[in-house]
Amino acid sequence: MSYFALRHSGSARVLPGFGLSMGISVLFISLVLLLPITGLFGQLAGLSLAEYWAIITEGRVVASYMVTIGAAAVAALVNAVFGLLLAWVLVRYDFTGKRLLDALMDLPFALPTAVAGITLATLYASSGWMGGWLESLGFQVAYTWVGIALAMAFTSIPFVVRTVQPVLEDMPAEVDEAAMSLGATDGVAFRRVIMPHLWPALVTGTGLAFVRSLGEFGAIIFIAGNMPYETEITALMIFVKLQEYDYAGASAIASVVLFVSLALLLAINVWQGRFIRRLHGGKG
Amino acid sequence: MRRIGDAPLVRRLLIAAAVGLSGLFLLLPLVAIFAQAFSQGVSVFWSNVSDFYTLHAIGLTLGIALLTIPVCLVFGVALAWLVTRFSFPGRRLLQTLIDIPFAVSPVVAGLIYLLLYGRNGWIGSWLNSHDIQLMFAWPGILMVTIFVTCPFVARELIPLMQAQGSREEEAAVTLGASGWTTFRRVTLPNIRWALLYGIILTNARAVGEFGAVSVVSGAIRGQTNTLPLHLEQLYQDYNAVGAFACAALLALIALLTLAAKAGLEWRASRREAFA
Repeated sequence: MSYFALRHSGSARVLPGFGLSMGISVLFISLVLLLPITGLFGQLAGLSLAEYWAIITEGRVVASYMVTIGAAAVAALVNAVFGLLLAWVLVRYDFTGKRLLDALMDLPFALPTAVAGITLATLYASSGWMGGWLESLGFQVAYTWVGIALAMAFTSIPFVVRTVQPVLEDMPAEVDEAAMSLGATDGVAFRRVIMPHLWPALVTGTGLAFVRSLGEFGAIIFIAGNMPYETEITALMIFVKLQEYDYAGASAIASVVLFVSLALLLAINVWQGRFIRRLHGGKG
Repeated sequence: MRRIGDAPLVRRLLIAAAVGLSGLFLLLPLVAIFAQAFSQGVSVFWSNVSDFYTLHAIGLTLGIALLTIPVCLVFGVALAWLVTRFSFPGRRLLQTLIDIPFAVSPVVAGLIYLLLYGRNGWIGSWLNSHDIQLMFAWPGILMVTIFVTCPFVARELIPLMQAQGSREEEAAVTLGASGWTTFRRVTLPNIRWALLYGIILTNARAVGEFGAVSVVSGAIRGQTNTLPLHLEQLYQDYNAVGAFACAALLALIALLTLAAKAGLEWRASRREAFA
């Protein structure tokens, strides 16, 4: 502790509790977050590199990566547009029911994923309210990758809305008033004045939505149909291997998922740190 | 002065699109849950909810949430105090580490606990030889629930405590207050609403966790079945009305969570207006 105190002697540390809060935090993070990951590596250590490679590149597993990444990408892009629209309407306009719409944005976070899963599956099955109507138009949603993308979009929409909303709120009115008074049309002013401010937040929100979609399980499995090679997501592959007591196989696939999601999380954090620094004039 | 998108037609069009799409995409599923749960009348709903296995699942789920909250509370407050009141090397790393549960797929979260504490894991095999079983029992459910919910309290507190700064606490300590008194009399009143919302979010996630719990629970009816697992079983058994009865209970908790958030935000905005 004295080492830290010396390094930061700029302002003498008057507040107590450094040792206690450090102790609790480090102990908790080590035991709850980091220690369990060693179990995964322990399991992987029993595999040769060739065996590991064979598991993670098996046809059915690769097909599940494709389904998961493809559907998550579509869901994230749809949410980028939809989320931007919602954030814009919630920040810029006043209308009756606005508070209700704002509260509704958090529903996918608050609603348990299994509840979302059975509800979407029921709604979009051919006997459901939405599914029957869409099928008469020639669209099949349930038991296709579209259903997977729909479930992913549902669970991850708040990420985009809640990341873009505060940035839009902080933009002073003068910015777009100036553009408009100089004679720009709405479209041009939006593209040239609003978007340069907004796109870092939009990319961050879309990235978070994408990461969440890659790992989503409960909301998807009911609507997906879970056909091998076609509508089977990677999280389900891990689950299937576990039910077959193939712990090594489950661990190998899980290590791929874990690595990808941690790398993306790190990338988003670095990216966010950089753009916040830029907004605050190079400090930080 | 006119602002972007102020033209009446654009305005109306965008509001209509946002409200219409949200209604279809977010509100309709919510309505469908209750419509399905009550589709055979209130008495069928009631008999579904008061079924022995459902009641047991409700009890287990609430018990897990009640045990999870204090653990996450202590950790969240300690971490927020640490990273907002002191500067030290590794501060940013700690803040990134607590995001791990948000990035890790719930199934992977369940799996890593199963590998470590299951019968073949290096801790699990030792526990097994001492006749302690954590996996496929309630302690395992509790452990993975703590894993997935631990960032919420810290995440709510850190931005607030950062914005408030530490001047008031420093003044209290300089005037001779003890650390605990300072925390209780100065810090706590400032952060109580964020703390409350953190607890509400922790609770919402704890009662609803599915992926991680389904890996470690074993889902034995009347023993290790939580409410989300129970509704999955009912749904797979083609008892959709029973499944949606459980879903309606969970959706009710979600609605209370949203109402609490709206209420706390309304409070905060009113305080700002009077300040």
